[in-house]
Amino acid sequence: MELTSHQFKSVSSAKLKDVKLQKALYQAKDGFVVSRAKVVAELDNFEEIRQAAADVRDHCLAHLDLYLEEWEKQAQAAGTIVHWAESYEELNALVVKIAQDNKVKKIIKSKSMVGEETGLNQYVEGHGIEVKETDLGEYIIQQADEHPSHIIAPATHKSKDDVADLFAEKHQRPRLDDAEKLTHEAREILRPHFLDADMGITGANFMIAETGSTVIVTNEGNGRMTTTMPRVHVAISSIEKCLPTLDDFALIMRLLPRSATGQVISNYVSMTTGPKRTGDKDGPGAFHVIILDVGRTRVLGSELREALRCIRCGACMNHCPVYQNVGGHAYGWVYPGPIGSVLTPAYNGIENAIDLPNAATLCNQCGVVCPVKIPLPDLMRKLRERQYEKNLKSSTEKWSLRFWAYLALRPKLYSVVTRVMARAGKVLGGDSRRIKRMLFAGQDWTRHRDLPAPRGRTFRDIYINKNKTANR
Amino acid sequence: MRVGLFVTCLADLMRPSIGLAAVKLLERAGCEVVFPESQTCCGQPAYNAGDRQSAQQLARKVISEFADVDYVVVPSGSCGGMIKTHYEDLMSGLPEHRVKAQWLAARTYELTDFLANVIDMNSFDTAFQGTITYHDSCAGLRELNIKDQPRKLLAYLPHVDLKEMAGAEQCCGFGGTFSVKYGDISSRIVDVKCDDVEATQVDALVLGDLGCMMNIEGKLRRRGNHKTKVLHIAEVLTGLVGDETE
Repeated sequence: MELTSHQFKSVSSAKLKDVKLQKALYQAKDGFVVSRAKVVAELDNFEEIRQAAADVRDHCLAHLDLYLEEWEKQAQAAGTIVHWAESYEELNALVVKIAQDNKVKKIIKSKSMVGEETGLNQYVEGHGIEVKETDLGEYIIQQADEHPSHIIAPATHKSKDDVADLFAEKHQRPRLDDAEKLTHEAREILRPHFLDADMGITGANFMIAETGSTVIVTNEGNGRMTTTMPRVHVAISSIEKCLPTLDDFALIMRLLPRSATGQVISNYVSMTTGPKRTGDKDGPGAFHVIILDVGRTRVLGSELREALRCIRCGACMNHCPVYQNVGGHAYGWVYPGPIGSVLTPAYNGIENAIDLPNAATLCNQCGVVCPVKIPLPDLMRKLRERQYEKNLKSSTEKWSLRFWAYLALRPKLYSVVTRVMARAGKVLGGDSRRIKRMLFAGQDWTRHRDLPAPRGRTFRDIYINKNKTANR
Repeated sequence: MRVGLFVTCLADLMRPSIGLAAVKLLERAGCEVVFPESQTCCGQPAYNAGDRQSAQQLARKVISEFADVDYVVVPSGSCGGMIKTHYEDLMSGLPEHRVKAQWLAARTYELTDFLANVIDMNSFDTAFQGTITYHDSCAGLRELNIKDQPRKLLAYLPHVDLKEMAGAEQCCGFGGTFSVKYGDISSRIVDVKCDDVEATQVDALVLGDLGCMMNIEGKLRRRGNHKTKVLHIAEVLTGLVGDETE
């Protein structure tokens, strides 16, 4: 997917003014936040489970080479054909090659964020192969020719009315205004594609080393049809999504649906271990898994490693005050919200997503809801440190903070300067005691709000003077 | 008990009444208040901007200024959180300073935490009365677990009625330099906070952090709300507000 994170400032400003988007975001927010809080409260040991899950993810990442090799061994023993892709081009080319080798004309696809990273659909279609997204949200996005704005609810930026208009236009049928009817219509349209597709592509939420399985966690049933109906199934995933054992997976599953959609368990949890075996009633004749690196290995060896714990629940974005107001597209790449503000620069180079780690209040709401305890604000701060070292920060910010630090390290000078500021501020505030307009960096404050004016004297001056008087 | 007051740069410059109120509270609790006159800033702006070196220099300054007190009290969750939860990280790689940072962190308390849990203060001399709502500032809440402490203290005031607002734990959108670098996003976030405050129809919004205070008060006034007072909890607990300190 094309990276547009450098436009964060202008795009986010536009998104704040997009009335339809604002309405959709407002409605989505409460759904996610309230339902998560409810199911989390039902567990009396949620914090212990979080810690255990963070430990499992860390353990697996620390021994990732061993677990990936074990996974590959088990997968191959079950008949899975395993491929490794170091680049987006390599993954896309592998998919096309598998399709061409199997004379595939039509592909049905269930959700994959790795596929979004590589721009898979466009690439495959460029080779004359039809691709149909079958997850409802992804289907909507594909029809609208857009990108997902959220990792588990890709069309969350669209209202029911938007979808009604879109379907009426694309399906050439009378406009419907009921969500259930719209869903039914999509289902009707998609059904024949499930039946005549030659190949199914899914993502994989996890790869389980001890069994060599891939897992998808879904709600709509399209995933299970994609893994079982076409003659070829290709699962695409990335190296960090490995888990050592089924027990570990069970642990993670106590957190994932709860954190993602506020469900105790998702409607479907589908595990695929090899292709159709002799005697199996259904399943694909061939099962390929392509595992992507692109940036993961580099992050694994960096100070951002904890970001690789991510199990893609989306809780960090759902709870982020910035995401809640600007939506996912403003972030300009596959992963929005706080995790995106770390992964986007980590995978694409910090110079290509300067705004993202800075466009956060560091409120740590993301950190406290993350089911695997990724210290997201700390990671964003580390990225800011690297930006500072590489001279990627705006010179205004850099020099004003340096000036502040220079003063703060010289208490005598500091007390004089703040004394003057306190007096000047009081004058500027006037009778209303509010400064309504400031210059330079200050105008970015007063453009949006007043500044309560200083009171004329610093605490230091008042307190020291008071003590002197008292001791006299 | 020698208690060092780290007044914070914002209270020093913008709202000295908070510092005076903190002194009054600590003295009432029987503490000997120590105010190291060379204190300036805790280093958080530099730390959050990625300027680790400046932050480290300022942290070392704070550590040495408060080396000989029993406790350090900070009328801010944000600056308190900086000292208590981030100084150690800042000194990683400097073992000698790291130990000092840990020792300082162990003695440092946010004001309401100190009054509620160390002193167990239960009576206050304040003329303030009215209905209030409380904004939980992010650093105080999520770094220092400041949630029950201010409410416990406020409950001792017979003429103060606390009415919780929706989204009390939601960020106000300040975020230090975020408030100017991403002014329009910050502005939208604080608008939501102002809506929540106004929906409670209280006389005053009370909180424990200067950054949030300037942001929310500034936005309320810009919206034309000149009625809802915005007060630091120390001001409420003592009745010392801005005007009386001049």
